[in-house]
Amino acid sequence: MTDLPAGVERRAFEGGERLATRGEPHYGEPTDGEYRAWNPDRSKLGAMLELGMDTGLVGGETVLYLGAASGTTASHVADFAGPTYGVEFAARPVRDLLDAAEPRDNLFPLLKDARKPETYAHVVEPVDAIVQDVATRGQAAVATANAEFLREDGRLLLAIKARSEDVTRDPADVFDDALAELESTYEVLERRRLAPHHDDHLGVVATPR
Amino acid sequence: MRAASRADHTGVLFPTGGEFADMTEHAGWFAGLDPGDTEGAAERVREGSADGTADWPALAVDEGFADDEAEYYERLHEATMAAASAGVHERERADDKQLIHAVRAMDDCERTANELAERVAEWAGTRFDDAGTGVDYARDLAEREADPADPSEARLIALAERTAALADEADELRAYVEETTPSVAPNLAAMAGPVLAARLISLSGGLDALAKQPSSTVQVLGAEDALFAHLRGSAPSPKHGVIFTHEYVRGTRPDKRGSAARALAGKLTIAARVDHYSGERKPDLDAELDERIATVRGTAEEGSGNGSDGSTGSDGGDDS
Repeated sequence: MTDLPAGVERRAFEGGERLATRGEPHYGEPTDGEYRAWNPDRSKLGAMLELGMDTGLVGGETVLYLGAASGTTASHVADFAGPTYGVEFAARPVRDLLDAAEPRDNLFPLLKDARKPETYAHVVEPVDAIVQDVATRGQAAVATANAEFLREDGRLLLAIKARSEDVTRDPADVFDDALAELESTYEVLERRRLAPHHDDHLGVVATPR
Repeated sequence: MRAASRADHTGVLFPTGGEFADMTEHAGWFAGLDPGDTEGAAERVREGSADGTADWPALAVDEGFADDEAEYYERLHEATMAAASAGVHERERADDKQLIHAVRAMDDCERTANELAERVAEWAGTRFDDAGTGVDYARDLAEREADPADPSEARLIALAERTAALADEADELRAYVEETTPSVAPNLAAMAGPVLAARLISLSGGLDALAKQPSSTVQVLGAEDALFAHLRGSAPSPKHGVIFTHEYVRGTRPDKRGSAARALAGKLTIAARVDHYSGERKPDLDAELDERIATVRGTAEEGSGNGSDGSTGSDGGDDS
């Protein structure tokens, strides 16, 4: 089992030991003092950590989060990371993301389309890690388009959702295609299915070429 | 050019004219901005763009926009919060989004009123010999019994009143939808009827999204369960979704409904695109649809006229 980033701990909650970060509760998650449980069934990055993938995260890094949605995972990331840029294009979830960002000075919500990095390049600085969880077609293209933000030794932590690309195809084929598309920009360090936490999702750790 | 000397530092340059413009020769959101101008900052975050990223915090401190990185991040937080909040409000205020809420609320009110009316009918059946059913009976009961005989009757009457009020609200919402849809999507509303038009917009998430759908998707909007069962390989493809409520589908004999649904979806898709991209009313579209449906139905009548499927025809008649 690889080390968890500083600021992420395994703590005893009702029902067993779970990942937790320290911060303001956001979505009704169980809390223990200042700590709040991080549910791997609701968070792809949580599942990647829970499954022991080597994310390279140490805590305190600058993060670009693509597909921040309502901030479930982004809020945990902001708890242990440094400046965290949360990009989300749908207006409704951003309403909740704003609630997550309100008490977190280092979480910057951006109502932007992750497929168009030029619309937020004037705000987002070069980052140590990109966390990507966008449920649209062309997930590998999004990762590639945003590679410019990633520092040389940075990490891309990507969750590929097979059903977003094509519901009718075998997930394994979808993953192969997506990884092949990543190849030109990234070197894939680790890949792993996120079951049992998320069906038909592949967790990928990669670094820029 | 002084700009060239900064290229390695920022990576992003805009051509500038002035001798003293080197403080703002980048596309960073804070370029040339007064640190206290939150509104201007939010505007920049929303509308700005850059060809590439740069070390904005360091640059901002260099230029004196912030004393240190902590202060920069504080201002960035303020600006991004204001920008995202304004963006969300603007998008959610858009008329088609309001319409989506209204049509969904209308469905909720109708469904809930019907459920409560059933409860009222069941309860009233134990107390009154002339108890009826449905929302209409709940309305009657709410108006009639001004003087309840005992506490439980008082509760029953109160429930009937709530039910009637909810049904009234559903009617009000329907009136609002009928009034608003034509201004949001004039062609779609004319062709589909305002309520169905609002439902299609609601199912795709907005007029912009609907305008980008292929007509094959519009044809089965609202039949997602059947569609995914089909894609899994365990069911035939659905012929129609909510557009079934349209007279041109429901009123067409069953063996031709697939064709009618396809024709209707095609024209509705065009109408949605005209509404989204131009917004101009084009009555020609309605005429084209009428003609197309007449053709579909015409062939259907010829088919049954040969007597080959007379029984199917009469079954279809019973359905409606």
